[in-house]
Amino acid sequence: MYATLWRLIPGPIWLRILIVLVLLAAVLYLLAFFVFPWVDQMTAPSQDVTVDR
Amino acid sequence: MTDSAQGELRRPRRQKRSPVSRVIGVFGELLITAGLLVLLFLGWQFTLNGVILSNQQASDADQLIDGWQNGGASDGATAAPVAPNTDGTTASPAFAYGEPPAPDAAPGDAEEFAVVYVPRFGSDFKKTIAEGVDPRSVLNKGGAGHYTTTQMPGEVGNFAIAAHRDGWGSPFLKINELQLGDKIYVETQAGWYTYTFRGLEYVTPYGVGVIDPVPQVPNAAPTDRILTMTSCNPLYVASERIIAYSVLTDWTPRSVGAPAEISGLVGA
Repeated sequence: MYATLWRLIPGPIWLRILIVLVLLAAVLYLLAFFVFPWVDQMTAPSQDVTVDR
Repeated sequence: MTDSAQGELRRPRRQKRSPVSRVIGVFGELLITAGLLVLLFLGWQFTLNGVILSNQQASDADQLIDGWQNGGASDGATAAPVAPNTDGTTASPAFAYGEPPAPDAAPGDAEEFAVVYVPRFGSDFKKTIAEGVDPRSVLNKGGAGHYTTTQMPGEVGNFAIAAHRDGWGSPFLKINELQLGDKIYVETQAGWYTYTFRGLEYVTPYGVGVIDPVPQVPNAAPTDRILTMTSCNPLYVASERIIAYSVLTDWTPRSVGAPAEISGLVGA
């Protein structure tokens, strides 16, 4: 899968690496500020800091 | 020799892999990706998310304080500078500025209505207190939550709050490091309530007695003004609850200005 993706990226090797780094940064940004906060809200945490009946 | 070796290294790419082999390859890569994502998420929870929530808390707290200092100035000025009863003959000799005012109307669900300062937790420790202890709408925002059934700041009885200790900004991380006499300041529109730390207690998750008006004494009539902080214990296990009790020792109207220990934080 990743090998296929790598072959799809055009350009010489340095450009490919640059493109991959930019894509990785974009993916990490989306994860950190949109996906992970959403997952954090979706996963119901146990009320582990409160006293309850 | 080298030619043929390189040729052998390159050739396999060109060979047609069987469909089964391809599917298994993609599946394996997906599994690796999923594992990485889980690790990333865990790392995010304890590092970046803590920073994000702490910044959000600081700006929320500043916004609250700004609102009180501007909007509520006239209210405070009329209510506050009354009775500095130094002779101690009147009703409440315990506090230099007399009886703390009755709290305003109950805050709405998940509404931030107070700011808590704990110098022992850090010289810049400043978090909001919101109504309720729901994890999603309150506690996971990185501040503290107020048990709705308990009293309000400064009231006779028990003002009980909860906050996370491992994750979501870990506001109460150092709750076990509180020392006798440490000050905990709660700021509302009316002013600053100074609570003094008295002791820790460890209970089971069902130890609801700790948020009674008189902690652990059901149906007793309260006379003290208690602050109860609850969090999880041990860290990352949470099979118990750690409870920190403090008692109101002073209160300062807004018109007088913030107590010296936190005055640098309030205007910030």
